[in-house]
Amino acid sequence: MSHSIAESRLTGRLEAVPATTSRPYWNPYIVGFLLGLVLLATYIVTGRGLGATGAFSSVAAAIAGWLSPEHAATNAVHAKYFNDGAPLASWTLFLLAGAFVGALASGIHGQRVRWTVERGPHVSDSRRLVLAFVGGFVAAYGAKIAKGCTSGQALTGGSILNVGSLVFMVSVFAAAYGLAYFVRKEWL
Amino acid sequence: MFPLSSSIEFTVGVSLALALLLGVGFGFCLERAGFGSARKLTAVFYLYDMAVVKVMFTAIVTAMVGLFALSAIGLLDLRELYLEPTNLAAQVLGGLVFGAGFIIGGYCPGTSIAAIATGRKDGLLFALGMLVGVYAYAELTPGIDAWIKATAQGEMTLPSVTGLSMGWFALAFVAFLLFAGWGMSRLEGRYGYLRPKG
Repeated sequence: MSHSIAESRLTGRLEAVPATTSRPYWNPYIVGFLLGLVLLATYIVTGRGLGATGAFSSVAAAIAGWLSPEHAATNAVHAKYFNDGAPLASWTLFLLAGAFVGALASGIHGQRVRWTVERGPHVSDSRRLVLAFVGGFVAAYGAKIAKGCTSGQALTGGSILNVGSLVFMVSVFAAAYGLAYFVRKEWL
Repeated sequence: MFPLSSSIEFTVGVSLALALLLGVGFGFCLERAGFGSARKLTAVFYLYDMAVVKVMFTAIVTAMVGLFALSAIGLLDLRELYLEPTNLAAQVLGGLVFGAGFIIGGYCPGTSIAAIATGRKDGLLFALGMLVGVYAYAELTPGIDAWIKATAQGEMTLPSVTGLSMGWFALAFVAFLLFAGWGMSRLEGRYGYLRPKG
């Protein structure tokens, strides 16, 4: 590795630096413990846990509001996030804004920030990007039906032993393990 | 005493500042764990890297033990914590659909933000799909929300359903985590050949 870096310095070709210059991720049990402390702190301060899907719902309500304030205030779903005309003053949206900063800091420190597409070797970038969009759409519907996602249901509800959250978590893994074989070309 | 929100009325500004601060910790943990990478996340479904389960389970157990310990010494009132009402049909159906979106898209809502922050174009597309998805849900099927509310079983936790203390469940989850940790390291050894090289 040090050899190829030296080589790339000699030739002056930045792209010759191998992707393996990223620092390794932390031990999952240690990160899990830290994430648990963040979740615990969130509970202690706010009385509610973490969440992520609500931020997307708030942005959707804001877009609906720009198009038509009356519609955003009367649509049964948008109205919950419209917040009297200030949908972007959303707790979850600010949480995710902070998460962006935290992830960026961690990524810079770990030398993992690069403009790239995450995919297996047997799928093209464009196909992977289409599947990412489709997956996001499907996941949004699932999160709306289940009233939460991996953050709001699995982590947050799981830690207070919420029955619905535990059922959600089992269902998520059941579906993903069941479908993994059929989409293996995207990842392996 | 805790949660603070039960004794202090936060202004909107303070509340949002706290969200930003806690979010930084949240995002830092997600990226540190490797969850800004769809390949790392989906690896759990091919059994060669179980980091997703290890991180999630450890986080859940840590928070659970912390909540139980704080309430046992009288610092925290568990009844003051928000509890999402259970609707078994909605959570099974939503969970299955969400799981499909996860394995197809490679992210979940929170981790897609960590992916965008570290330059993953697929994370950006996932987040756009999410946004279009929640928009479509509101416009096309707003009636689902009413159905969920009307058919919900209500607030249900394992302690409230079984009558057993949260402490027993916390203990059981810790024991299970230790056992599962051993099992997962065996799985990773067995399916290690699927791990991407380099």
